[in-house]
Amino acid sequence: MPETRVVLNTTVDNSREQDLISRVQGGQRELFYELVRPYERRVYAAALAILRNEQDAEDATQEAMLKALMNIRQFRAEARFSTWLIQITVNEALMRRRRERTVPMEGLDGHRSGDEESEYAPRDFADWREIPSEALERKEVRQRLAQALAALDRKYREVFMLRDMEHLNIQETAEALGITVASVKTRLLRARLMLRDLLAAGWEQGWFSRLPFEKGTKPW
Amino acid sequence: MVNHITMNCEQVWREISNYVDGEVDAGLRSSMEEHFRTCTKCASVLAGTRNVVALYGDERMLEVPAGFGRRLEKRLTKKAQGSRWASWTAWLVPLAAMALVAGTLMLTSSSRNPMKSQHAEQGKDIPPDMVVVVSSGAKLFHVPGCQFIHDKASERTLTAKEAMREGYVPCPRCLRQYLKTGLTREAGAQVAEGTDPDEEKEAPVQVLSTAGQ
Repeated sequence: MPETRVVLNTTVDNSREQDLISRVQGGQRELFYELVRPYERRVYAAALAILRNEQDAEDATQEAMLKALMNIRQFRAEARFSTWLIQITVNEALMRRRRERTVPMEGLDGHRSGDEESEYAPRDFADWREIPSEALERKEVRQRLAQALAALDRKYREVFMLRDMEHLNIQETAEALGITVASVKTRLLRARLMLRDLLAAGWEQGWFSRLPFEKGTKPW
Repeated sequence: MVNHITMNCEQVWREISNYVDGEVDAGLRSSMEEHFRTCTKCASVLAGTRNVVALYGDERMLEVPAGFGRRLEKRLTKKAQGSRWASWTAWLVPLAAMALVAGTLMLTSSSRNPMKSQHAEQGKDIPPDMVVVVSSGAKLFHVPGCQFIHDKASERTLTAKEAMREGYVPCPRCLRQYLKTGLTREAGAQVAEGTDPDEEKEAPVQVLSTAGQ
């Protein structure tokens, strides 16, 4: 069965959004923040995944949103507004990274994943069960997830972020990063499997055990 | 009955991401599902991959620094106001040019607007729509036919209101009944017997002072 993606708190009233877009395009630029507010966390996360520094990511996000505002008339209704914003943000972040060359090129802990074309074999085969989304209420869980993501090489982290966190489709992800659809699929597979291993290892060590699961059972 | 193609674990892993995304065809999906039913390792990999996708796909994973939204809003608002100002200034350029031209025309056409005498307000009792005449080079406006109109060849007819707006002051003779002060009326009467105020081109105040002596 295809996976059904559940994205919380992202319900945006499309007709209202279209109305806002029309009004901003018509000159009511003071309404622009209201238009982008539902996506501000997503665009920031995109910039952060690329720049890996909070201040740089915030600067890039602000600059990207200003560019979006100034080019709002170029937005066409057939595109998703969120995707348009994310693509502008990714472009801005990539441009800054190329320009400044201050961002580490590889993962924080040197978790090298080898050649993209080579096979990646899962390492952990613990019996995973569905992890309740309530787990994300715990800051510790969110931090563990963020650390695992940060440990990935850049090329995997960026694809995973755009596809699984920003919810771009494969084609959009490829366009945003300037890579092929095949590369997106290959990197996405590897990123997911690596994250799974990284998280499973952490959970085996017990950092997840304080969550309120049934006594004596693993959450997976 | 579906004829499944037997897949080994490595083949399943290669496609597991596409499977999670629903991007495998029916035949491949069927083969993978058959494999998952019999292989606990791959079932574990599938469950873990789905967990990863579900957890990271949750918006709660997207955290922003404190005050991020407020700072973004401030910057966008500033830009919006700036661009509005820019668009206004873009309009202001032609508007300013138009105003300049209009102002020049007004100055040209109303070069006689400044009051020709500080006593011009004395004529405020005169009905504004009253037809009066003025002539070039003179300071007074008159009732048509007044004998003291200077340079009758350049005589021009207008209303008292227009004449006063142009800076003319009422003739102390033909319009003396409308002038405010008794002194004015008295002086006007006396002046009427003397000099032609238009000809001497003096303001009424001088006429009056002369009359008062």
